[in-house]
Amino acid sequence: MHELSLMEQTLAIAVTHAQRAGAQRIHLLTMRIGALSGVVPDALRFAFEVLSRGTMADGAELRIEPVPIIAYCSACVREFETADLLGACPRCGEPATQVRQGRELELGSLEVS
Amino acid sequence: MCEHCGCGVPGAASDHGAHHAHVHDHNHAHAHGHDHDRDEAHAHQGQPEAERRTVLVREGILAKNDRIAERNRGYFEAKGLFVLNLLSSPGSGKTTLIERMAADLKGRLRIGVVVGDLATDNDAHRLEAAGVPAIQVTTGTVCHLDAEMVAGAVTRLPLGALDLLIIENVGNLVCPAAFDLGEYWRVVLMSVTEGEDKPLKYPTIFRDATAVLLTKTDLAAATGFARETALHNIRRAAPAARVLEVSARTGQGMEAWYETLQAAQAAHAAAHR
Repeated sequence: MHELSLMEQTLAIAVTHAQRAGAQRIHLLTMRIGALSGVVPDALRFAFEVLSRGTMADGAELRIEPVPIIAYCSACVREFETADLLGACPRCGEPATQVRQGRELELGSLEVS
Repeated sequence: MCEHCGCGVPGAASDHGAHHAHVHDHNHAHAHGHDHDRDEAHAHQGQPEAERRTVLVREGILAKNDRIAERNRGYFEAKGLFVLNLLSSPGSGKTTLIERMAADLKGRLRIGVVVGDLATDNDAHRLEAAGVPAIQVTTGTVCHLDAEMVAGAVTRLPLGALDLLIIENVGNLVCPAAFDLGEYWRVVLMSVTEGEDKPLKYPTIFRDATAVLLTKTDLAAATGFARETALHNIRRAAPAARVLEVSARTGQGMEAWYETLQAAQAAHAAAHR
């Protein structure tokens, strides 16, 4: 359940940015969550429901944009999308040497008033 | 739905005259302080949408942890310490491994430990009994150590008198993967009693491992452990990791692990002198 700690951080970042923008309320939070981040979106939603109560994000919507894994094959010098880390290059069958995308864990934007 | 503006007014598109009138009324009403008497059916009525605005954030949730981890790394470097982050499921033998290392490496490497657990300080007591300075971090409900917890704990260790700091993470193969603590090496333990497919089930934590230790090899025969399959799975999930097979009980394979570790520690110390 590290989703609780992550949501604590998320809300802290959100409130800082909303206050800096002179807002009173947060209506929508959009997060980008990579398939490799190890985060369970439902657990994140649950944590949000619990932790947002009484904050300026109380009652806000949490939107989660999944970010797929993009790996890189150094033999073929190309990137490919893969469902998990064990995915092999579709052209040569070798395992990926690098992960280019999929670890994202970020707060993208807010809708405030 | 209205095909022209998507406003959700039923039938609006079927009557072009009405649609244009509607659009006009809508704009007109807003321009003059919400005079809504001519568009009561409008679904958007009364919502404060005009006041809502978007704030771009684009900030990593772990940015704060990563900053503290980087600070830890600089601090460890200044102290000339080599630092391991030990990760595994509960019961893979992290504490037993450290006990054995401390006993065997006496006079070769001075070891200190930060140990994380949800509750109890049993592990720290075990390590102290083995003569290792150990600080227990009790995380409560938190399933991992973070960089700030480590920063706080190490101030209670005699870092100047140590060569190797081992951070024994909370037993968990998911959550700790996301938290950089400021370590140099990530060491993932997997015991033969856990079966062969752990690396396939938890690829994220294996992927980032500098070394994978296959532990409790003395129990391999008793548990019908398929060694080749396990090694194949580790290689698939952690293509870049050094893989070592050890038994902290019999000592088998431990010397190879010490040589690997000492070589890395010496190279690191030389690079940061």
